[in-house]
Amino acid sequence: MEKQVRQLDRVIIRFAGDSGDGMQLTGDRFTQESAAFGNDLVTLPNFPAEIRAPQGTLPGVSSFQVHFADHDILTPGDAPDVLVAMNPAALRANLGDLPKGATIIVDTHDFTARNLTKAGYTENPLENDDLAEYALHPVDLTGMTVEAVKAFGLSRKDAARAKNMFALGLLSWMYGRPTDTTIRFLEKRFAKVPDIRDANVTAFTAGWNFGETTEAFVVSYEVKPAPMPPGTYRNITGNLALAYGLIAGGVQSGLPVFLGSYPITPASDILHELSKHKAFGITTFQAEDEIAGIGSAIGASFSGSLGVTTTSGPGISLKSEAIGLAVMTELPLIVVNVQRGGPSTGLPTKTEQSDLLQAMFGRNGEAPVPIVAPQSPGDCFDAALEAARIAVTYRTPVMLLSDGYLANGSEPWRIPDVDALPAIEPGFATPVEGEAFQPYRRDEATLARPWAIPGTPGLEHRIGGLEKGDGHGNISYDPANHDFMVRTRQAKVDRIADSLPPLEVDDPSGSAKVLVLGWGSTYGPIGAGVRRVRRAGYHVAQAHLRHLNPFPKELGEALKRYDRVLVPEMNLGQLSMLLRAKYLVDVVGYNHVRGLPLKAAELADAIGELVSAAEGVDVDLSSPAQEALQ
Amino acid sequence: MTIELPFPGLRGVPTADEPQTAKEFTSDQEVRWCPGCGDYAVLKAVQGFLPQLGIRRENVVFVSGIGCSSRFPYYLDTYGMHSIHGRAPSIATGLATSREDLSVFVVTGDGDALSIGGNHLIHALRRNVNMTILLFNNRIYGLTKGQYSPTSETGKVTKSTPMGSLDHPFNPVSLALGAEGSFVARTIDSDRKHLTAVLSAAAAHRGTSFVEIYQNCPIFNDGAFDAIKNPDTKADAIIPLEHGQPVRFGAPDEDGLGTKGLVRGDNGGVRVVEVAEVGVEALLVHDAHDEDPSTAFAISRLTDAGYLNQSPIGIFREVERPTYDDQARAQIASAASAAPGTAQDRLAGLIGGGDTWTVV
Repeated sequence: MEKQVRQLDRVIIRFAGDSGDGMQLTGDRFTQESAAFGNDLVTLPNFPAEIRAPQGTLPGVSSFQVHFADHDILTPGDAPDVLVAMNPAALRANLGDLPKGATIIVDTHDFTARNLTKAGYTENPLENDDLAEYALHPVDLTGMTVEAVKAFGLSRKDAARAKNMFALGLLSWMYGRPTDTTIRFLEKRFAKVPDIRDANVTAFTAGWNFGETTEAFVVSYEVKPAPMPPGTYRNITGNLALAYGLIAGGVQSGLPVFLGSYPITPASDILHELSKHKAFGITTFQAEDEIAGIGSAIGASFSGSLGVTTTSGPGISLKSEAIGLAVMTELPLIVVNVQRGGPSTGLPTKTEQSDLLQAMFGRNGEAPVPIVAPQSPGDCFDAALEAARIAVTYRTPVMLLSDGYLANGSEPWRIPDVDALPAIEPGFATPVEGEAFQPYRRDEATLARPWAIPGTPGLEHRIGGLEKGDGHGNISYDPANHDFMVRTRQAKVDRIADSLPPLEVDDPSGSAKVLVLGWGSTYGPIGAGVRRVRRAGYHVAQAHLRHLNPFPKELGEALKRYDRVLVPEMNLGQLSMLLRAKYLVDVVGYNHVRGLPLKAAELADAIGELVSAAEGVDVDLSSPAQEALQ
Repeated sequence: MTIELPFPGLRGVPTADEPQTAKEFTSDQEVRWCPGCGDYAVLKAVQGFLPQLGIRRENVVFVSGIGCSSRFPYYLDTYGMHSIHGRAPSIATGLATSREDLSVFVVTGDGDALSIGGNHLIHALRRNVNMTILLFNNRIYGLTKGQYSPTSETGKVTKSTPMGSLDHPFNPVSLALGAEGSFVARTIDSDRKHLTAVLSAAAAHRGTSFVEIYQNCPIFNDGAFDAIKNPDTKADAIIPLEHGQPVRFGAPDEDGLGTKGLVRGDNGGVRVVEVAEVGVEALLVHDAHDEDPSTAFAISRLTDAGYLNQSPIGIFREVERPTYDDQARAQIASAASAAPGTAQDRLAGLIGGGDTWTVV
């Protein structure tokens, strides 16, 4: 049979199954194969908070979406081109996201009456015309897997568990993925259990061969490698990049890193990763609670370490008082918040940007804290290093606002040259002959106070949460002193703006009337939405904030240059509120809190509407403009 | 009471070049406790015993929480942090774990350590982080002006409990023993000699040393410890614990030792007897080094939960157990010794690892 190969510029695949079906691993392997092949890619894992929700039910569905392309892409994609559904619940939970004509591959083995009922189907959708508008491929993945691996004498249950590798093999054939990375991976992962190892490799190969030989699939696809700037790349998740950034902060400052942390989704992986790297002098302390996590980090900072605490929103609530202590004692500290859906326990495994105002204001008193936010998984490295720079240079706690999407999502990351990373100068205080030590005497440029660490003779001093007198640092209840100290702490944080690079506004035509301004992980969807609008021939400017406190100095002026400013956020308008309050600019919010990244197409429509209003023209994004086609 | 030399608890802390004085350990800040407060006596004792440790002043750190006693660090010319309510053990854990060369003290009170900070206290004890915790127990909230505390006797009438408090109190020594404390002791603010001896032993111990100090609050709970301070009653009220000695108290016998003593009870606990009735041989010999804390716990239960008419005083337990901080540093040293090259090179190797590809 003649097989055809069709060229595509990009594909979005979603693997979906039960929490125990290994969909995260399957997606991750497909991602690694695509990375090795040289595609650009962005991934979106999506899984329930329960470790094993009831089997076969809608709440138990776990999925992994990967978007790969022959060009630079920014998002995991709005709608999958291909859905691999391992059971009826996975089909039902994901069908609503599929466009008409999408390919659906289902494991027919699990479409039993019982599983159909559990998923809420009264009829088998494979046997009526419910799926008539899709390219449906019913395949007995489990049956073929069990048959393929029977030589290894595994129990039926163990044999069936390799079905995810069969599915991966089939998809790898369909998209011409290189197979050697996955085979190497399986050989290493199951090195100690040879029969499981062999069964998985065999299932993977059998899936590939099935695609090659069956008449059910007549077309395979090719997505060519994407041109990327020269360099060495790896695929990286946000949590891993953030952990590497913290290690780099230690190396570049020469300070030992001390992480005090309490496990919480989706931040725990940073604790796991740093605990592996003790050789860098990193101490990881799994504390008894969130408060002890930050308390120990503050103690370590006082002793001359780079104190770090990692958590998610609920943990920040618990740490608030201690963050205030770090503000008052003016010690370097990095507070990482991998934001998730809130309030309260909220949506532990889903993403949101709703802790910005908590980062800004979530403490008693006037307690300014600098805020840094990464914009993509790989960017978590640079953002963590920047947080370390600010914390050490300005002797202040710094909030690093990542989120669940950045944490678990991945993208190709150009590995930075370590020699080119900025150095961070701790500048510990040393005694000056004949001069009494003043723990609150400030550096003229940064307004930072001296960092005098225990063990330094002559610099013995006491710090604490009570207000201190300017200079001498003894307890002071003097009204004028308090007023001065409150203003000085604020001025110190404001002064960080002097050290920031100018805000970049991307306005290629220079004639845009609409600016889209974002922060954090919305960078991808905003960039994709802006591209879509530009491709249709319209003008729109884009800027993205790395620093949320203080804002870059040029921001106010930039906002006023445009007739309309759109601020997309995964919250109800928190950055919008800050911008309106500070700059008196009537920004327009674009807000969703669905626990998932913004969808680029919907966002493009919102941008289009604003462009239409600002320029007084009809905006039609469906047909590329003549100039864009040329 | 004997102290091991050299102090294992201070191993790694640099020693002073020449003898230091209490004055050198005294800061220039005016002490602002109420007249007659027991905290003064403890401060004097600490300023007196710190120079005797022979370590450098700049390597001593006092950490406190919130409460009257937590003002303590301001009055010592060492490094110090007056932190937030209940969290001092966590801050001290960060200090002690990151720096072997520091001698770390925590000053706390019954509210700070046992109410808001209870969690940090028990976890510090179970981890056995090398620090000395001084718990000033006045059985009342002083700084907030007189509410009952977690060590107040049931039925206590205070501003917040006009009809009497309902809570059953903690016994701090029982709590510390239950939390796997490796050094657990109790002393009294007014007995300078005993206080100094216990604090020295606590500093000498490697691991978390827990010392409950009975401390009188003359404003809000005056007289809480009168029975153990009054010369007429204290012989019957104080059950002194001396390692290796039979436990005896009460009015002196012909041999100069107490007429009362402790024996093991039938229920697994210990009970008070007249020495004359059982004979000296039958008395319980105190073994602070017993690996099993059961007897120490049983002794701790002789403390009155209500008004204090009877209380064992001294070192209940002093056993060796590996410390969290020593082991944490050992793991780092072991990992570091197996990793050659500069930190920059290793960072480049780390971030450049995994499945990579090169675009030219």
